[in-house]
Amino acid sequence: MFPCLNPSDVQDGGFSFNNCSRNAALESSFSESSSKPPKARKTGTTIAGIVFKDGVILGADTRATDDMVVADKNCVKIHCIAPKIYCCGAGVAADAQITKQILASNVELHTLNTGRPPLVAMVTRTLKQMLFRYRGQVNSSLIVGGVDVDGAHLYSVYPHGSYDKLPFVTLGSGAEAAVSVFEDRFKPNMELEEGKQLVRDAIAAGIFCDLGSGSNVDLCVITQAGASFLRGFDKPTTKGRREGSYMYKPGTTAVLTKTVTPFCLDVIDQSVHAMDTK
Amino acid sequence: PLGNHAGRSWSRVVTEEVKTGTTIIAVEFNGGVVLGSDSRVSAGDAVVNRVMNKLSPLHDRIYCALSGSAADAQTMAEVVNHQLDVHSIEIGEDPLVCSAATLVKNISYKYKEELMAHLIVAGWDRKDGGQVFATLNGLLTRLPFAIGGSGSFYVYGFVDAEYRKGMSRDECQQFVLNTLSLAMTRDGSSGGVAFLVTIDQHSTEEKIILPKHLPKFFNQ
Repeated sequence: MFPCLNPSDVQDGGFSFNNCSRNAALESSFSESSSKPPKARKTGTTIAGIVFKDGVILGADTRATDDMVVADKNCVKIHCIAPKIYCCGAGVAADAQITKQILASNVELHTLNTGRPPLVAMVTRTLKQMLFRYRGQVNSSLIVGGVDVDGAHLYSVYPHGSYDKLPFVTLGSGAEAAVSVFEDRFKPNMELEEGKQLVRDAIAAGIFCDLGSGSNVDLCVITQAGASFLRGFDKPTTKGRREGSYMYKPGTTAVLTKTVTPFCLDVIDQSVHAMDTK
Repeated sequence: PLGNHAGRSWSRVVTEEVKTGTTIIAVEFNGGVVLGSDSRVSAGDAVVNRVMNKLSPLHDRIYCALSGSAADAQTMAEVVNHQLDVHSIEIGEDPLVCSAATLVKNISYKYKEELMAHLIVAGWDRKDGGQVFATLNGLLTRLPFAIGGSGSFYVYGFVDAEYRKGMSRDECQQFVLNTLSLAMTRDGSSGGVAFLVTIDQHSTEEKIILPKHLPKFFNQ
């Protein structure tokens, strides 16, 4: 069992630049051999969240891209951190996923330590302290939303460790498309169905107007009663069904005349090459 | 090819660092201080938060105004808030503004290559009354007033010309609002609403001023 850095260990202080020199050396060796270093797969995403009357609603699209190719048509971008706190991730897919996993573990340890359900503010602070320590090298932007003893809260956290507490937030490459929907139609204390429709519309704006987002809309509704993850809540991009057939039946075109001309061919040369199939 | 509409490709991931391209100001009056800030936070060309309160409490009667990188400034303010809490428990009374400013200055100076944030510290204490400290790049200096952020460059002339010694509390608030309004009009990275915090011996008062209530100048 080889030793590994325990992510829940408290750092002594200062910044953790362990891998920067290694990365710089790797990059320079790549450029010498004139091949490109592997590109990180980004989630080029639209994620959004609102606070409504009874809690929060989080939404995300489901496309993961590798440069200009869709790597995953139906990936999951909303993950559970605690029973009533969920997190959506944008940015580099691996960074977002691992950050959420580490966060979920650390939050569970904290919950066991304190004996109380976690606060959304505590989750946000843990997250942002970790991201700040890595100086933006962990390239993930996250929306943290949930319900705790103090009510419903929604935070957006950026890769360098800054955060904003707002009633509605959007992140990812489709953020600008989605926030325009919120700026137009958001009202405080909306009802559940209205809120779900609003978040669905914001994600759909990202799906249609941003090349990096696509496929389906996932929603997650969190209230004091609990959280429900609505996978595939809406599928605005399913292919339409063809209504008719464009195939012609054999015999549609009438045959008027038929002429057969045989080609008489002689064998000139023949050679056989055996294949080595062992 | 695809993806270059409006000169910007979707595959640009938002690693543009979030900055608080800002206007912040703090002014001392007899018996207290007034702090003011705008509310815009930008990441590259986009505004990511149009209502951020950049006046952050360090203690009951000591506030700081954030500018520069949002992550660095927020983290510095939180760390100093924690250190001041511990310090005030150790000494058994409210901390001095000078102590708060020194704690901020220590972080600014020690990590001046790594961090890019400027905090103006202002508050009231029993020993020296209202005080304003600037901590840019790790220096520590007490001033009658201080301005900072990207929008401050547009209003240096205004504050130098208009500041008078011995202004009252209301005159200071008006001075701060005038400065903010002028800077927010001219600086693209400042805007939104104006936040105002007035600290004196008895209370700490926070106010939000909507754009329609800000003072209007030429051509507005």
